[in-house]
Amino acid sequence: MGIEQKTADMGIVTMRLEQAVNWARTNAMWPMLFGLACCAIEMMAAQASNFDMSRFGMELMRASPRQSDLMIVAGRVSRKMAPVLRRLYDQMPAPKWVIAMGDCASCGGIFNNYAIVQGVDEVVPVDVYVAGCPPRPEALIHGILTLHEKVRGENLKKWA
Amino acid sequence: MNEQLQPAVKALAGRFDASVSEFHGETTLMVPSEQLVAACQTLRDEFDFNLLESETAVDYWPQQEPRFHVVYQMYSLRGNLRLCLRVPVSGMHPSMPTIEGIYLNANWHEREIWDMFGIRFEGHSDLRRILMPYDWEGHPLRKDYPLGYEEVAFTFNVDEIDQGKPYAKE
Repeated sequence: MGIEQKTADMGIVTMRLEQAVNWARTNAMWPMLFGLACCAIEMMAAQASNFDMSRFGMELMRASPRQSDLMIVAGRVSRKMAPVLRRLYDQMPAPKWVIAMGDCASCGGIFNNYAIVQGVDEVVPVDVYVAGCPPRPEALIHGILTLHEKVRGENLKKWA
Repeated sequence: MNEQLQPAVKALAGRFDASVSEFHGETTLMVPSEQLVAACQTLRDEFDFNLLESETAVDYWPQQEPRFHVVYQMYSLRGNLRLCLRVPVSGMHPSMPTIEGIYLNANWHEREIWDMFGIRFEGHSDLRRILMPYDWEGHPLRKDYPLGYEEVAFTFNVDEIDQGKPYAKE
């Protein structure tokens, strides 16, 4: 019987600090309500009971950037909206992540014109791109799980 | 042509040297821009065209000169009549009189035309952009305005485009 077994019997579990913090971060990520176009419908579907994002601790969509740590940019961002997007991002408390959901948010999609930003990575740093027009809820959830993987791999040095 | 429209069309053609054309039952009057305000005043006060349904513009560059037509769609609620006015405007910095004093709702329409086509309406009370950001340069619905700002990516030029892309920082 090792020391882990003994402490576990006493109700003590040991693990690395960064593991614990990353575990906490991934399992209670609050996305910001930021639906811009048709992708938002799929985002809502991903929240609804059929797909149920709350399985991953993400059932709370916050209407305020100050309470959220994940921004899902769901839809095309117009050039007029871009400063608003950046301001909302700046208002989010760190640590914060961004998912570019769908083709329009990732690269402009079918809208290669003067009015639409050709990918939100021109405005905010993006962690995960989800392809699709619009992506199905499974695709969004896959994107989120990919982000979780990324967050789990973060180390102490990166937080500081 | 609709018989009820006859007097209005006749009056405008006579008084404001407007040329009349008809297409698929829609009557259009081509009015010079100096006469526009008077023509609208006459239409509203004498012939009861009390609603400006729509005001917009077309850019015929480079086929036609003058390149812009400003189009007014008038409606008479009493007679259920529609009449279209067209005003040709030319030049890179075109300007024409506003009809905001006659039809109040022209205000936003003219702001949109200014925003999209760059046609200045003299005497307009609040000529700002309405759709594009205030610091925008150019007028996007002009035919000589570039359509996109990023080249379409293929395998041979994707790296080049990627290098020039202004990626955001934290």
